Amino acid sequence: MSILKADHLTIRFGGLTAVSDFYLDLEEGELVGLIGPNGAGKTTVFNMITGVYHPTQGEIYFRDQKITRQSVDKITALGIARTFQNIRLFANLSVIENVMIACHLRIKSSVLSAAFGLPSYLQEENYIREEAEKLLKEVKLENFKNYVAGGLPYGEQRKLEIARALATHPKLLLLDEPAAGMNPQETKELMAFILEIQEKYKLTIILIEHDMKVVMGICKRILVLDYGKTIAEGNPEEIQHNPEVIKAYLGVEANYA
Amino acid sequence: MKGKKKDYLLLKIATIFLVILFLFIAQRSFDAYILRILNLSGIYVILGVSLNLINGFTGQFSLGHAGFMAIGAYASALLYMSPELKEVNYFIAPLIWPFSVIQVPFVFSLIFAGLLSAGVGFLVGAPCLRLKGDYLAIVTFGFSEIIRVLFNNLQSITNGPLGLKGLPTYTNLWWSWGIAIFTIWFIKNLVNSSYGRALKSIREDEVAAEAMGVNLFYHKVLSFVVGAFFAGIGGALLGSLLMTIDPNSFGFAMTFQIIIIVIVGGLGSIAGSVIVGILFAILMEVLRAVESPMNILGLKIPGIPGMRMLIFSILLMIVVLFFQQGLMGTREWSWEWLHHKLTRTKKELEEGS
Repeated sequence: MSILKADHLTIRFGGLTAVSDFYLDLEEGELVGLIGPNGAGKTTVFNMITGVYHPTQGEIYFRDQKITRQSVDKITALGIARTFQNIRLFANLSVIENVMIACHLRIKSSVLSAAFGLPSYLQEENYIREEAEKLLKEVKLENFKNYVAGGLPYGEQRKLEIARALATHPKLLLLDEPAAGMNPQETKELMAFILEIQEKYKLTIILIEHDMKVVMGICKRILVLDYGKTIAEGNPEEIQHNPEVIKAYLGVEANYA
Repeated sequence: MKGKKKDYLLLKIATIFLVILFLFIAQRSFDAYILRILNLSGIYVILGVSLNLINGFTGQFSLGHAGFMAIGAYASALLYMSPELKEVNYFIAPLIWPFSVIQVPFVFSLIFAGLLSAGVGFLVGAPCLRLKGDYLAIVTFGFSEIIRVLFNNLQSITNGPLGLKGLPTYTNLWWSWGIAIFTIWFIKNLVNSSYGRALKSIREDEVAAEAMGVNLFYHKVLSFVVGAFFAGIGGALLGSLLMTIDPNSFGFAMTFQIIIIVIVGGLGSIAGSVIVGILFAILMEVLRAVESPMNILGLKIPGIPGMRMLIFSILLMIVVLFFQQGLMGTREWSWEWLHHKLTRTKKELEEGS
C-alpha cells in the first residue's frame, strides 16, 4: 500500500526553482534514501512533506489523503514526524520534557481540567510520562532524563531528537542527516538503531544523509537530487554506477586522451 | 517516599493555615496604610504572574497588560456601582442604559471583568499573535493605547477623562490575596501541565514545537486569554482599592511597572514574580521619601515627583546588565525545597545541642 505519494512537486522561491517535478511513491515499510549535493533541495522536500512550505505545484497524499495545504501540526498528528538537520531541541527544557511535549498532541483533557489537576488529566499525564520514559530507555538516555537537553553531547542530542519524533507516534519518519557530526562508531550504532526502530514501530523512513556508508548500508532505494531535479533513482548498486550521479558529485570527467 | 508525601501535605496545610491566620490578623488590626500596601502587593502579584504566563512562559512579548486592566476596572465598576453613584459621576453625559440601572455583587462583577477581558484578549490575540518579537510588542502596546484613547472618548460609558470617582472599596486582603493565591495556584498548575510544556516549547523553538504537533495558534491564544482574564480581575481589584479610575492611569507607565516585576523576578519564574510583586508594592511606598524635599548637609533638594520611577529604571538596568535571568531565573519555589530547608535546620539544631 502506498503510504506517501508526492505527485510532481515544484516549489519556487521568487525566481529560484528549489525543487522541480519531484515524484515519489513510497510503499509502507520502505527505507528510502534522499541524497544529493548541498543545496540540491533535499530539506526543501522534507519541508514540503511536513507542511512548512507549500508547493507551488503538485499535491502530496499521505495514505491516500491529500495533505498539501494542511498545517504542520495537523500533518504531524496524521503520522508524519521529522528530525532537523541543525538540531532543534527545546534546549532549556529537560530531556524528558522534550519527549513529553511530543506526546501533547494525544492529550484529550481540556485546559481547565489540566489546570485544576483533575484525576482524568493526571491519569493522562502519568501515562505520557511512562511512555516518555520508555522511549528514553530505548535510546539509552534514561539516566539523563532530568538533564537540560541543550547540555547533552551532540550525538545524544541527535538520539533525543529521534526519540522525540517517535513520541508523536509516526507512521512515516523523516530523518534529516541523522549521522551528521557522529564518529564512525556512533554512525555504526545509529545505522543499527534506525533498522531496529523501523522494525519495532513498523515505520516507513525517508533519510537524508551525506554519509554514503549509511545510505548505501541501510537504504533499499535511493533518490538523487541535483539542482532540485531528480537525476537518478534505484538501488544502491545502480546509484553507485550511475554516470549522472557521478557527474553531480564529482563534476564532468575531463578528457585527457 | 510515602513519608515525604505526608510531610508535604502537612506543610501545605500548615502554610495555608498560617497565611489565613496572617490575613485574618492583618485585616483586623493593621492600620489602613499598611493594609493598602498589602492589598497592592496582592494585586501586583496577580498582574505579574499573569503577564509572566504570556511573556515568560510562552515567550510572546506583550505590552498590553494595562489595556486589559482598564477593561476589567471599568467593566466591574459599571456593574458594582450603585445607580445613585453613577448618576453623580456621569454629570456631563448620562450613562447609557442598561448600565445605568443595574448593580450586582462585587464577586460577579469581578468574574464578569475577567471574562470580558479574556474575550477581548481573544479578539486581540487572534490576529496579533501571528507576529513575533518586537512586532508583537508594538501591536499589543498599540492595543493598550487604543483602549486608553477609546475610554477617554466614550463619554456615555466610561465618563471619559473625568474617570469614575468615589468607588466603594470592596477590595480587602481576602479579595486581593485570595485571588492572588488562586492565580498562583492556577498558573503554576497550568505551566506544569502538558499544556504548559507546550507553551514553553513555543518559547524555546516555534518551528520544532509545531513539527511536534503543538498547535501554535491555539496555545498562544490560550496563554493570552488566560493572562488577560487575570489582568482584568487585577484591574477590577485595583479600581476598587484606589476608589477612583480614569483612562490615563492605565497608560504605558502601568504596563511598564508590571514588566519590571516580571523581568526583575525572572521571565519564566512564578516565584520571582510573586517576590518582586510584593517588594515592588513596598518599595513604591518606601521610595516616596526620595520624592519629598530633602536637606542633606545643608544642601536643600526640592522634592522631585517621579524620582521613584527613575530609581526603578536604574534597578531594571542593573538587573538587565548583571542578572540577565532576573532574580530567580526560571527557578521555582517548591514544597520539596521548603521541606528540605526545614528538615535540615532541624537536623542542624539537633546536632548543635
